[in-house]
Amino acid sequence: MPGNDERWLDAEAGPVVRPYALTRGRTRHAGESFDLVATVTSTNALVTDPAALGPEHVSVLQLARAPTTVADIASDVDLPLGVVRILLADLRELGLVAIRTPVTMAERVDKQTLREVLNGLRGL
Amino acid sequence: MDFGGFDSSGASVRQHRAIKILLAGGFGVGKTTLVGAVSEIKPLRTEEPLTEGSLRSDSTAGVERKTTTTVAMDFGRISLRSDLVLYLFGTPGQQRFWFMWDELAIGALGAVVLADTRRLADSFPAIDYFERREIPFIVALNCFDGARRYDVDDVRVALDLDPDLPIIHCDARSRESAKQVLITLVEHVLMTSPEESAVRHSVR
Repeated sequence: MPGNDERWLDAEAGPVVRPYALTRGRTRHAGESFDLVATVTSTNALVTDPAALGPEHVSVLQLARAPTTVADIASDVDLPLGVVRILLADLRELGLVAIRTPVTMAERVDKQTLREVLNGLRGL
Repeated sequence: MDFGGFDSSGASVRQHRAIKILLAGGFGVGKTTLVGAVSEIKPLRTEEPLTEGSLRSDSTAGVERKTTTTVAMDFGRISLRSDLVLYLFGTPGQQRFWFMWDELAIGALGAVVLADTRRLADSFPAIDYFERREIPFIVALNCFDGARRYDVDDVRVALDLDPDLPIIHCDARSRESAKQVLITLVEHVLMTSPEESAVRHSVR
């Protein structure tokens, strides 16, 4: 089909939706940015202000009881990544989760890790 | 920037290591199939505010900041060890999705460009992207039933790829084949990555 590449709005681009009310219209989160595969862990701190949390915050917090990643959480709660990021940043500000960038993000994956990945794949 | 992981004594500090591999290719080339063949596939959505530039249309003039588009990604995870997990991210290859790649590419091990020999041109933007950003990649030709099996050398010429860049045939439906695609990528990255000067002694 001619001009297909010129169109942003098509099946592949997905539906155009209104921003999520969950984030109260926010599309950018506060604080340091974090990677898609950054590790998220609940700090087990007490929630001092339950009113600050929406049901989605609570769902995200529950998923982070065991260390997981930003992408895993987004997939498990079935919310878009951007929304999950904002929820996670809220939780971080409240001291309820710790978000840690994976070691390998600092630079190119080192050879030792590459070998481990290779062995792991061969053994699948 | 601090860089943790291994301390000076060489003793491993067991941290969770997440490795990203990107899978790029045109629509319908088999990205979802390949991710599903080799990993536990999970749904993942992302969204971006639409800007006038990306929309190239004035139909939403004045409401740019109120509109986002949702894009589905192919997301798969392979637990290689308890502390080493491979994450596959499949994203559409077209230029308009590059905003997603810019983030995905940070710290990524490398990329696989999945191509359909009947529509090789669909893989041009992805190849261009990875070449420009010096992200190591390989090309995997998904062999569709009934499609002519092109010689790898012909494809190399058609795509104008370096002689040492791996191009392999694959069947995205097959777990073994999908595994081989990832192995080929990791081998390629291993071959082309510089020797670490930081390694003072080899640990076997």
